[in-house]
Amino acid sequence: MFGPGMWRFGGRMDPLHEMQRLQGEMNRVFSGLGQPLNPEVPPVNAWVGESDVVVTAELPGVDPGKVDVSVVGDTLTISGVLEAEALKAGESYHRQERSHGRFTRSLQLPFHVEAGNVEAKYERGILRVTLPRAEADKPRRVSVKSE
Amino acid sequence: MEGKVEYHKKPVQTPVEMERTRNRKVYVPKVDIIETGNAMVMYADVPGADEKSVEVTLEKNVLTITGTVAPQEFPGRSIAYSEYDVGDYERVFTISDEVDRDRIGAVVKNGVLKLTLHKAPQAEVKKIAVRTE
Repeated sequence: MFGPGMWRFGGRMDPLHEMQRLQGEMNRVFSGLGQPLNPEVPPVNAWVGESDVVVTAELPGVDPGKVDVSVVGDTLTISGVLEAEALKAGESYHRQERSHGRFTRSLQLPFHVEAGNVEAKYERGILRVTLPRAEADKPRRVSVKSE
Repeated sequence: MEGKVEYHKKPVQTPVEMERTRNRKVYVPKVDIIETGNAMVMYADVPGADEKSVEVTLEKNVLTITGTVAPQEFPGRSIAYSEYDVGDYERVFTISDEVDRDRIGAVVKNGVLKLTLHKAPQAEVKKIAVRTE
């Protein structure tokens, strides 16, 4: 429900995700409706460290003011709109390969994050969201005593 | 029903003779090409590249777009999930002689290269009369 079950398999090749993607693709092709944007836009990568997680997304040509980044619990949602160039009278497309339309991506993070300290930066067409791990969620070291 | 639309970046298919010296992945940037009254405007998605790393060359009528992207590194963190790979960009177009070679504009903003190819004035109207004998 919250996008790919990315942490369940732990690896980069998630067979469940791959199957869901294929299923989504089939549904889209056979529905004949052509949704505005595939749920896989934008593609994301996630780096996990001990105290935070960094999520990057390829979003070339987006207006940073029109990108929404929100965090609820351990779920990160990135949404916005990739606008097509407005055509003036007499102009026409020869090719249109780039993705245009609304997009929403939700990702389940491996831990709860400090929603107040989430940082999002947009540079060279790449959105980078840094999410610090919630204090309460950090692993606590338990010292082992000998008697 | 519309055709299949590929949302992911597509790796370049390079013939063996053109093997690259750098061991990096290369992708084909997706483009939109818009024809306006007196120009052709091309938008190419090159996320991760900027004005310093994008190169546009025109040799005879071959227009080549290349972009280099530095791999992303986040010290102290390891990649846990990956949907896209980072690599360079390369795409080659054959353009007609109608383009004014001295007035090609190239701008990179937010990971998108915008190329403006103006039409050469003399090429604007050139109609050949067809007769019967």
